[in-house]
Amino acid sequence: MKIFNGRVVAPGEVTAEAVVSHGGLNTLASFQKALQFGDKTATCGDQNNPDLYGKQMAGKALCLPQTIGSTTGGLVLYCACAMGRQPACMLFSQPIDSLAGAGVILADVWLEGASMPVVDSLGDEFLDYVKDGMSITVKENGIVEVE
Amino acid sequence: MILTDEQKAMLDGAQGETLAKVMQTVIRYGELFGAERLVPVTSKYNHLVTSFGLKMMTPVFDLMQQLIDAGVTSQQKFSADPRPLDKNVPKNFLQNLVFNKFMYSTQDFYEGQLKSLGLMDDNAFTCACYMDEVGNKPGKGDVLSWAESSAVVYANSVLGARCNRNSGIIDIMGSIAGYVPEFGLLTDEGRRASWIVEIKTTKKPEAQLLGSAIGMKVMKDVPYIKGLDKWLGEELDDAACTYLKDFGAATASNGAVGLYHVENLTPEAKELGERLIREGAKVYVIDDAELQRVYESYPVIWKNPDAKPKLCFMGCPHMSLEQLKSWTERLDAALAEAGNKKVVIPTVFTAPPAVIAEFDKTEYSAKLKEMGVIVSYICPLMYMNNPLCGKMPVITSSNKLRTYTTARYYTDDEILEQITKGGKN
Repeated sequence: MKIFNGRVVAPGEVTAEAVVSHGGLNTLASFQKALQFGDKTATCGDQNNPDLYGKQMAGKALCLPQTIGSTTGGLVLYCACAMGRQPACMLFSQPIDSLAGAGVILADVWLEGASMPVVDSLGDEFLDYVKDGMSITVKENGIVEVE
Repeated sequence: MILTDEQKAMLDGAQGETLAKVMQTVIRYGELFGAERLVPVTSKYNHLVTSFGLKMMTPVFDLMQQLIDAGVTSQQKFSADPRPLDKNVPKNFLQNLVFNKFMYSTQDFYEGQLKSLGLMDDNAFTCACYMDEVGNKPGKGDVLSWAESSAVVYANSVLGARCNRNSGIIDIMGSIAGYVPEFGLLTDEGRRASWIVEIKTTKKPEAQLLGSAIGMKVMKDVPYIKGLDKWLGEELDDAACTYLKDFGAATASNGAVGLYHVENLTPEAKELGERLIREGAKVYVIDDAELQRVYESYPVIWKNPDAKPKLCFMGCPHMSLEQLKSWTERLDAALAEAGNKKVVIPTVFTAPPAVIAEFDKTEYSAKLKEMGVIVSYICPLMYMNNPLCGKMPVITSSNKLRTYTTARYYTDDEILEQITKGGKN
């Protein structure tokens, strides 16, 4: 087991299986089809993301450097949270970007009970270490255990 | 964050609970990025990224309704991204049914919400709101609360306005509050470049391909681009602005670029030159081979990669008047050379409603129609984003459209070849 320390963006504790994107997560391209057409598992639809394309994101520990692409990104994430199709947690190796940050804050302020712990600034080593299928536990204080 | 007495009162609910939540959102958003204060939004108009009544966005409509019901609207009017539907754009019976009955069944309702919240006018739907014909063009130094990645990167880079890559919903919240948090691209330090991009191509690089290459390399960083003025000149004329519009959209969609500087061309690069470059900036050299490598890296996700294209979309982001005219001329010449009178693949050019109105006053409009091209105000991206269109072999020279849909990217010259001569697949 390896432990990483990050900054708490949205608090919470959860244990989930990792899915890992080494490139930036394009939120619109990744979530749109799933949200539009009733895919409760939120299968990633981003053809340009070879790490995630076709994989389930809902209920997983989504590990990524940052999000990229359309500025609908934050509201797409907000909708995913409102519809219960969000990842179990989002873990950023870099400081969170403005689109993902907006989505997380919007969900936290405007939705009741939309639980999605978010930790950022976990460092490049985190993304080098974590692999699909590993078990991840997020603690309230931003500690992330990977095994 | 240090707040003024007025801001504190708004946060404490002096003007109602809903406005207090808006302030809480804006403040928490800023705190996440180390903002120490809120600064006033100074542009005349705002711009929203969300223009489409997609059913999946019901949570957004619910939130908008909370704002309307509480009477919490902005002092600014706004433009919004393009509408997703246009009856003039080809679609089959099934697509028509899916679009109108399922996907965009809430379009009219949502447009009603936008009017209640302050839409500029019934035709203020375009991603290229900064074009003269549309009239939402901020000045240098204006502070914006915009979203829409292609508009934000244009406003920052070409117009010298100041705007972060705000998400949808945050855009209207900043405008309602009248303040945005000061961080990132709103600050002098945040506008400095941490990449130097050296253009060493033997011909003018394709705008959408160059933007894609830079976006994928620098991600959210600010690039300072050297050598592009050789191809674009040193004045922001129509041709240069059009090029930078398409280039910027590709940097923002293939990466997360919110600002770029072009040496000797864009306003801050002209003013400050290499003082904009941070110490230790990384260098990315782009030559013909690098552009070819990027081009060849795009996945082809058509079911049948050799399928004959059924539709061509041009104009993501929306085309300028200059582009509509120059493409009319290019098509005219290419069709004459091919011995054809009309395009051989159904082709849609998209542009802002106000630009289309101006284009229709010119002789080019009738000529383009005669050649079989449909001019529409639609958002090709929203048109394409459904399983039915996903199965259609659509071609485009938009790298943004390629990124978000199954459309296949070709350079402008290749697109011209295909739609006039039915060239290679």
